[in-house]
Amino acid sequence: MVHQVLFIVFGLICVAGAINLLVQRHPINSALSLVVVMASLALIYLLLGAEFVAAIQVIVYAGAIMVLFVFVIMLLNAGAEERTRGSRIALFVGVPATVVLAGTVGWLLVHGSARLGGVSIGSSDFGETHAIARLLFRDFLLPFEITSVLILIAIMGAVVLGKREG
Amino acid sequence: MIPLSWYLILSAILFSLGVFGFLLKRNIITIFMSIELMLNAVNLSFVAFANYWNTHPRALPSGDPIVPLSGHVFVFFVMVVAAAEAAVGLAIIISVFRTRETLNVDRVNLLKL
Repeated sequence: MVHQVLFIVFGLICVAGAINLLVQRHPINSALSLVVVMASLALIYLLLGAEFVAAIQVIVYAGAIMVLFVFVIMLLNAGAEERTRGSRIALFVGVPATVVLAGTVGWLLVHGSARLGGVSIGSSDFGETHAIARLLFRDFLLPFEITSVLILIAIMGAVVLGKREG
Repeated sequence: MIPLSWYLILSAILFSLGVFGFLLKRNIITIFMSIELMLNAVNLSFVAFANYWNTHPRALPSGDPIVPLSGHVFVFFVMVVAAAEAAVGLAIIISVFRTRETLNVDRVNLLKL
């Protein structure tokens, strides 16, 4: 029961933060509401027993990535969003298509809910760091090493792009 | 016990809001943040399914058991790729801003810098 109440509370905070991201016209307000979304998602991960994922959600996403965003917003001195027309196709085709897609998925999930079953916490050793580490450094060793190469390439790309020309 | 569908519906809502932001926002940084929101929504369904397969153990058609913790490892990889993407994307935004002096995507309509 407590689990359900906590899920509903944090889920509502999540959705409210995401809507606020869309409504705000100043990018710094959007960035801060995205931090709220990520923090409440971390709490939902904790409810699912994913302690490691919740920790790296806070450290990497809400910490590192959002600090990068806020830093760039402040560096570029970004003001409020201009109101321009934008793409007509995005407005009149993209938005209805997304509504239809989300509605279909939601309808299927609501009707298939009984067949899907539920999630539960309680199995104590699930989601612990040492189990993930064993999986990551044994079964997923090659992808792990490839992501380190990817990070290296991303760092070099960011340095080259950020360097002032001439 | 929470139905799995609640988590998937929350994930779908967040993903759709991310798509709306991507389509409707005009500021390039906010568009980028909407992409991060979509990645987060997908991460939520990965974690929910990891927990689900842990409580409902089942085998793949090939006979191998499903390893539920793989979901957490996938989330880890998504986060690593998102971090790399954020670094490169923000560097591109900075370099576009230097030449165009604007963050509005309607004014950035040429592929060249």
